Amino acid sequence: MKSAILQTATRYLLPILLLFSVFLLLRGHYYPGGGFVGGLVASIAFVLHSFANGTKATMKILRYKPLSLIPIGLGTAACSVIFPLAFGLPAMTGLWLEEPIPVIGMIGTAIFFDLGVYLVVIGVVLTILFTIALEE
Amino acid sequence: MLFTVLTGLIISCLLIPFGNIIKTKWSILLPLIPVILFLYYLLQIPAITLGTNVLQHVSWVPSLGVNLDFKLDGLSLLFALLITGIGTGIFFYARTYLRGHPYFDRFFAYLLLFMSAMLGVVLSNNILSLFVFWELTSISSFFLIGFNNDNKDSRNSAITALSITGLGGFFLLAGLILMGNITGTYIISDLVTQREILINHQMYPVVIGLMFIGAFTKSAQFPFHFWLPGAMKAPTPVSAYLHSATMVKAGIYLLARFTPALGNTEYWNTTLMIVGGFTMLMAAIHALFRTDLKAILAYSTIAALGMLTFLLGMGTKEAIIAASVFILVHALYKATLFMVTGVIDHETHTRDITKLSGLGKVLKPVFIAALLAALSSAGLPSTFGFIGKDLIYEATLHYQQNWQIWLTAIAVATNIGLVAAGFIVGIKPFVGPLPEEYSKIQLPPFSMWIPPLILAILSIVFGIFPSITGDYFSHQVANAIAGVETNLHLKIWHGFNTVLILSLSTLAVGTLVYLFNKPSSIKLAKIESANKISAQYVITGIGKQFAVFAKWYTDIFHNGYLRSYHFKIILAAELLLGYKLWISGPIYINFEDLTPLSWYEVGIVAILLGALYIIVTTKSRLTSVVSTSVIGYAICLLFVFYSAPDLAMTQFTIDTLTTVLFVLVLYKLPPFINLTTRWVLVRDAILALGFGAILALIALRILYEPNTTEIADFYGENAYLLAKGKNVVNVILVDFRGIDTMFETVVLAISALGVYSLIRLRLKSSEKE
Repeated sequence: MKSAILQTATRYLLPILLLFSVFLLLRGHYYPGGGFVGGLVASIAFVLHSFANGTKATMKILRYKPLSLIPIGLGTAACSVIFPLAFGLPAMTGLWLEEPIPVIGMIGTAIFFDLGVYLVVIGVVLTILFTIALEE
Repeated sequence: MLFTVLTGLIISCLLIPFGNIIKTKWSILLPLIPVILFLYYLLQIPAITLGTNVLQHVSWVPSLGVNLDFKLDGLSLLFALLITGIGTGIFFYARTYLRGHPYFDRFFAYLLLFMSAMLGVVLSNNILSLFVFWELTSISSFFLIGFNNDNKDSRNSAITALSITGLGGFFLLAGLILMGNITGTYIISDLVTQREILINHQMYPVVIGLMFIGAFTKSAQFPFHFWLPGAMKAPTPVSAYLHSATMVKAGIYLLARFTPALGNTEYWNTTLMIVGGFTMLMAAIHALFRTDLKAILAYSTIAALGMLTFLLGMGTKEAIIAASVFILVHALYKATLFMVTGVIDHETHTRDITKLSGLGKVLKPVFIAALLAALSSAGLPSTFGFIGKDLIYEATLHYQQNWQIWLTAIAVATNIGLVAAGFIVGIKPFVGPLPEEYSKIQLPPFSMWIPPLILAILSIVFGIFPSITGDYFSHQVANAIAGVETNLHLKIWHGFNTVLILSLSTLAVGTLVYLFNKPSSIKLAKIESANKISAQYVITGIGKQFAVFAKWYTDIFHNGYLRSYHFKIILAAELLLGYKLWISGPIYINFEDLTPLSWYEVGIVAILLGALYIIVTTKSRLTSVVSTSVIGYAICLLFVFYSAPDLAMTQFTIDTLTTVLFVLVLYKLPPFINLTTRWVLVRDAILALGFGAILALIALRILYEPNTTEIADFYGENAYLLAKGKNVVNVILVDFRGIDTMFETVVLAISALGVYSLIRLRLKSSEKE
């Protein structure tokens, strides 16, 4: 399925889609979006790339196995869950910074939880698809 | 006390990384653990003698009422001393017995685990923690019985023992929880104060019935006794420790512990006396026909356990005194005999009583230990066994009129069997001519014969000076079981009376039985031909039927075909939902209330139907997958129109990825051949139409349900106030119900790992079957 048009297009689409997925992730708390959809969009970006250039090429630009994103994501989410314990609050209490940060907006534990979901979703989708695609 | 329970657990975990170190000369550290614990409990004796109880409370899961409450009274102390004291001997003994064994470290890890669990059982003052430790003893026993894991018999015996004791544990748990529900407390010492409520409650027979099953399975009472002879596949130190002195007495401990709270009712006494009496008599007879030393000991252990159950069942003050002394008597001589058997097995590599003789010439100290233990088991005056036997006869003779003769007769018959069994094991291998092949045998290292010798000597010392044990703790043991003052005072001489005559005639008849009954393989074969009507045959038969049923059930419901799972799940959902719809009454559809159809809704439905038609009729997999995704996108559009952008977005991306996944998998499949018969097509069509119809009806029904918006209002109002988010859906996901999301994420991760490992799994050729 080598197509010059698709290959050229993905060169631009990959970063744009990834940026869009981060955008979805960050706006999730106020507008439609969130970690799950964001993660799916990011995975689609990579899937599109793999369709155009072959799965091996996509693995190369990923550098690390998508499987390794799963523990990182789970760890991030788990940390945001137990983080409030350090302040003597029950687990999962939402903690927020007083002032919003430029571009990103309000920062709180929920954002990190969503980030964890985002990473796990990318890891899961790419692991499943690439394992099947690479199977001989 | 907590530390004594935790020490073994922690060290047994430490043996995983440091196993290789402990296989070297550092193994001498292992026996020091029970030594320290034994000394700790010896130091508790003065406090217990005065009648005080030592209590310790550690919060664990307070919200569920599960706390680590420990209580040390006379009964607990007796068991703690047995566990650590005999444990000390066993640890020294096993260190030599298993020297150089490749699983040396593993063995001691299991043994330490067991020791901790057993201490936990006897010290727990909370019934739930008692149960946890109880199960832990079953599990560690499983590993120890199956220790020679390359032997099929060992593995089978281990599984039998685990199934039986595990089954009992299951019933016990039900009984304990029921008891907790009736009284509202899980603290054992509080249960005693609620005795009246318990024994008058209508569930009382159920509670004790469940507890009895737990106790009988653990303590090898009829009809669950047969796992114990099988458990003799374990290395001999294990048999000596778990299956004679400690673990099998856990059931007795349980009965004794709950006697003050539940005991001395008609149900309680009759059941225990019948079961205990039958077990002890049957096992005592069985013991006489065995030719394997360990099998003889196994059956005589069952008989002794039956005796203890029987005594607890009688429930009189005298019977309880007898039981509290007999526990110690039996532990001392039986552990000795087991260790002696271990030495014989270790040196001659046989345990067949018909082949062994004359070993007394080459294994003199072992013979002395065996002889003393056999005499104590026989109840020769001036041994501890004599005192135990006296107390038993006193208890039976002073029971209610009408019954005393029968009870005494059973006790005497059992004891005759025990006398003969003790002699067969303790004397027969050592006397007579020494066969040529055994003449080269040398005495094993002293760590293998000192422990049994010490225990045997204790049997004599306690026999000559019974007040040592009687005044210092047997008294408090009996008090703990009876729940009242028992005035126990042991004496060596009671004067000439019926008890003494019975005792001496038991000894005489037992000796005669020993002299004239020669166990042989022919007799053994005769006994075993009756196995078809034995409890073992029946219970293992039921077990096999379970396996057959499980296989049948699995074949039907888990046959591995995805289509069959789908079919069953949807059918079950249809039946349940259909039933619910049916009983909820007719549905009224008010068409005037519905909003008018718009042209784009009609358009979407048309696309849906078109795609559906293609899926059903196409001959190409790819086309049907693409059509499925068309349906998905059409539903996405519906979500957009009905203002659910979050759902639409997720559905859209998921749909895309699913199609990609499908294409990847289908790409590898062989060409499409239609193997489905017409009948199956019709069946599936009916199922599918039915499911669609039911869901549509439910959707219509929901329209006419009263519109409650409480939950929606709560989230709408609080999303920004509490969680600082304006997107309520997302706030619910990451904050209000964040734990759900967390675990859903974990599920996702697990499924990815599953796919990854299933596809990447490359078995070595040796692992393929």
